[in-house]
Amino acid sequence: MTMSTANPTPSPSTPPPADTLQVRVNGKAVEVPRTMPDPVSGKPVPTTMIQACFTAGVMVPHYCYHPKLPVAGNCRMCLVEFGTPALGPDRKPILNPDGAPRITKSPRPAIACATPVSPGMEIYTDTPAVKQMRESVLEFLLINHPLDCPICDKAGECKLQEYSEDHGEAQSRFVEPKVHKPKRVDLGPRIVLDDERCILCTRCIRFTRDIVGDDALGLVNRGSYSTLTAYPGRPFDNNYTLNTVDICPVGALTSKDFRFQMRVWFLKETPSLCTSCATGCNIVIGSREDRIYRYEPRENEAVNACWMCDYGRLNYAWIGRADRLTEIRGPQAAGQAPAPGWTPILREISGKLRQAAAGSVAIIASARQTNEELYLLAKLAKKLGALTDSVPRMGEGDRLLLNADRNPNSAGARLTGIAATPMGANLPKIAEGIRAGTIKTLLVVGEEVTRLGLGADLLARLETLIVSDILPNETTRRAHYLLPGCAHAEKRGTFTNARGRVQKFMKAVEPRGDARPEWEFLHELALQVAGPDGCQSLEGLFNQMARDLPAFAGLTWAGLGNQGATLRSEP
Amino acid sequence: MPQEYRQILQHIDQPGYTPALECYLRHGGYAVLRQALALPPRTLPGGQVLSGPEQLRQEVMVSGLRGRGGAGFSCGLKWSFVDRKSGKPIYLICNADESEPGTFKDKQIIYKDPHQMLEGMIIASYANDVHLAFIYIRGEFVEGARILNRALQEARAKGFLGRNILGSGYDLEIHVHRGAGAYICGEETGLIESLEGKRAYPRIKPPYFPAVLGLYQCPTIVNNVETLCAVKHIVARGGAEYARLGTPNNTGTRIVSISGHVRRPGYYEIEVGKVTLGELIHDPAFGGGLREGRQLKAIIPGGSSAKVFKAGETFKLKRRGPDGKESVQEVALLDLPYDFDSLIAAGSMSGSGAIIVLDDSTDIVAALANIADFYAHESCGQCTPCREGSLWMAKALRRLTHGEGRPEDADYLAHIADNIPGGRTICAFGEACAWPVQSFVAKFRDEFIARGAADAKRRAASGRETAAPSGPPHPATAAALAQTPAE
Ligand SMILES: Cc1cc2nc3c(=O)[nH]c(=O)nc-3n(C[C@H](O)[C@H](O)[C@H](O)COP(=O)(O)O)c2cc1C
Ligand code: SF4
Ligand code: SF4
Ligand code: SF4
Ligand code: FES
Repeated sequence: MTMSTANPTPSPSTPPPADTLQVRVNGKAVEVPRTMPDPVSGKPVPTTMIQACFTAGVMVPHYCYHPKLPVAGNCRMCLVEFGTPALGPDRKPILNPDGAPRITKSPRPAIACATPVSPGMEIYTDTPAVKQMRESVLEFLLINHPLDCPICDKAGECKLQEYSEDHGEAQSRFVEPKVHKPKRVDLGPRIVLDDERCILCTRCIRFTRDIVGDDALGLVNRGSYSTLTAYPGRPFDNNYTLNTVDICPVGALTSKDFRFQMRVWFLKETPSLCTSCATGCNIVIGSREDRIYRYEPRENEAVNACWMCDYGRLNYAWIGRADRLTEIRGPQAAGQAPAPGWTPILREISGKLRQAAAGSVAIIASARQTNEELYLLAKLAKKLGALTDSVPRMGEGDRLLLNADRNPNSAGARLTGIAATPMGANLPKIAEGIRAGTIKTLLVVGEEVTRLGLGADLLARLETLIVSDILPNETTRRAHYLLPGCAHAEKRGTFTNARGRVQKFMKAVEPRGDARPEWEFLHELALQVAGPDGCQSLEGLFNQMARDLPAFAGLTWAGLGNQGATLRSEP
Repeated sequence: MPQEYRQILQHIDQPGYTPALECYLRHGGYAVLRQALALPPRTLPGGQVLSGPEQLRQEVMVSGLRGRGGAGFSCGLKWSFVDRKSGKPIYLICNADESEPGTFKDKQIIYKDPHQMLEGMIIASYANDVHLAFIYIRGEFVEGARILNRALQEARAKGFLGRNILGSGYDLEIHVHRGAGAYICGEETGLIESLEGKRAYPRIKPPYFPAVLGLYQCPTIVNNVETLCAVKHIVARGGAEYARLGTPNNTGTRIVSISGHVRRPGYYEIEVGKVTLGELIHDPAFGGGLREGRQLKAIIPGGSSAKVFKAGETFKLKRRGPDGKESVQEVALLDLPYDFDSLIAAGSMSGSGAIIVLDDSTDIVAALANIADFYAHESCGQCTPCREGSLWMAKALRRLTHGEGRPEDADYLAHIADNIPGGRTICAFGEACAWPVQSFVAKFRDEFIARGAADAKRRAASGRETAAPSGPPHPATAAALAQTPAE
């Protein structure tokens, strides 16, 4: 299989190919391409009725259809009526007296998700017959459904609930005993299945088999007793299992992590990015009262389609850890009162930096910092003649989304000039400088340097060690100045992913205690050390960076939108 | 006097006739194949040259042969839809899954005259440029599969199969594949999935029309056992000559399976449309009439999925008189010619050619409950209306046959059944499970209402108001309950 990340499909904004045809949806004419790319192979396949309806802005209710999966056509929710132009013996359309082509209505309905459109076709999605068919499909789906919405995690975002309200009937005629199936099935380490809620749409099966390439899920038994299950004796365990929870139209598949934690309608949704690798999957952070409950993928054709990996999705608990750094700290002579907060401490630090001899300062900044933060650090470094670097962070990648580079912003670190080539090459030089006594001041942002050849003995030689971080470690413990920073969920900013896409993220929760977004205090330091830059805001900073650094030329904060923008040259 | 016309069954059941190749050869077997392979190209008046296979296909088209598997679709047309330009191999599959309740005709051919079927298959394969063909045989026909494999071996040894068949340069291999034990494996696209090693989930059409995207996504022909046998006889006689058998648009012979309350249940080959339903039931040459003292109650004319006829029904049908003029005539049920078109015009179908006769000893509610149970058990479960509707109807009927009926159950059943067929499902199983319920309830409505009313009255007398669901849990339900961990 090829994912959109490996093989980008044209984004929806690219103009349709010249080869189009016209159909009518409920009387409204729309022009659609004759073919659209197949979601799995990318090859052109005939455009379907449902795609034409969506183009016309007409919603067709559907369960089994998913734009990123092969079509199954099993739920029958998308049945529509249609007609095609009547042809005379000369194979030319027969015209009505008014000159419009005469339409022969098909005696049978068709599933919109699988039926190709043809020139002049008329699709009817709101006739009494279509409404009746939807009603009956819903009735059939509900007769054996346990109707346990009050305890179901999907309640509030369940398609069965939603369509029942829009298209269902109030009263079911069903008076027979329901079919019972396994409940609370432990499918794998991250997924629990309730087979009674499953409507057998096979989305999860198709995703797992055709997108992930793991033939792990299937159906057993027949008819109404059909039961979803994992391959016997094998846990459902690949790095993408939680996507099945997202695409399950009902509450059959639930995430063990999210199960029973929060009703979805209480969640605030913030567009953000995953920070666990260089792919930069677009996500939505679900939070309530400054606590994060879940990450979900956010659709971005150019990056992650609508998927994300389990590893990235579940990597958020650290943001809420109890031992987060929340106090700003300066050097404290015995018996002295602690320095009173950000302003005096930043003034103290900038004073020291201004006095530092050229080349006596070094900066190590994480490739998990934002483009703007790294840009500010680069400005400081230039002013101070500082040696700089970032820290590579490698793991194993896969052919789907997960990148071997586990930094979300290695590209940014390189493009701002903070990272050496290759990344990390300057770390031994910095260690050497400290040992030799030429480097007297070290500014560390977001890295634990004692594990990188800058052990406690070396750090002890420094005159000034300034550290910003979010969780405590050996480096933060040895800092003379400790500046508590923010997780990405607590601030705004941009990252540049492995393929040179610059994307922004928004703030979901408030930082705790004294913690402040790094770009804010780095900006203040930069102002005090290098002089005014005319920027007032993060937006301004980004735009200035784009004017300043050739790699980012042409980008603007506003222009990034919620889908990001790609650099002109690959990083 | 109506009579059998034994063409396919010609030798079957003759004393001493065996499935062995030498017996088949003694009776002139494989002569038609030899003739078909030797057919030279023919130049048409316009200068166009027709190859041997093209001529064979034309003969089948001219013969008017309609598929004997159930749908009665023109065989020649089906073959003409095959995508011959794709560059992919073309496959032929013989549908030997015979599972429609009441049908037992293909089995006779497979067990008693396998080489006739193979000869038909080889000719059909040659006609369609097929080099690999399959026999998908019902899993329960264990002995049948053995017989076919033996026959294939014999045919191979004698050069009727394999490389360079009879020196013609034509190669063909045939494999026997035993079915997966489900009725739905007989639906052609379900069959193809099953043959590919998957669950027999019927495919959506479009795009998976077998003639274009069939087995392994290659053009594929699926034909019933009897259809393929007929091909042999068409080639033997010539298409036009074959078309003189039977009646216009309902040509040739077909084998009818008669079962139920008749004295002589069995399989009979007739010229299509030359024998009436009444003759098939009552004539001594066929069903031989009902048992002593019994009256006809109903006829299921084309396998259990066909809509039922009620005794005494009459139909207004268009018929062509001896002068060639068409007129509308009233035709009594028993006077319906047993063919494709008349039964469709009368609102049912000849389906798989299986006639199930029900006399007045039949509990019509129980009969429908039995049929509904079959379909609930056999629905593949893929698409919502059939999956849920088939079991719902079966449960309601189980309730009705267990003393828990309601007077409104007739309408209740009709409501369920009406929401399944008519293009709402992936395959024709939707129709197959709904038609019996729709027709039984419509035609025997009084009996359904009376049954429900009697139950309601009894319940009222015992002070119980609502009907309680009844019947033991299905084994799968019991298994599911056992699997659910305790809270
Ligand atoms: C539910 C269902 C079951 C079927 N079972 C059989 C079967 O057992 N044998 C058969 O020949 N055709 C069966 N058919 C019909 C096949 O789909 C197909 O139409 C037939 O094999 C074509 O052969 P013919 O054109 O020679 O009739 C079934 C169809 C349906 C919808
Ligand atoms: S578990 Fe959900 S996604 Fe999977 S088949 Fe059932 S309803 Fe569809
Ligand atoms: S692939 Fe990378 S960016 Fe995407 S979810 Fe996984 S870790 Fe996060
Ligand atoms: S109609 Fe019934 S048998 Fe056919 S695909 Fe649908 S569920 Fe399966
Ligand atoms: S959405 Fe078309 S059949 Fe399910």
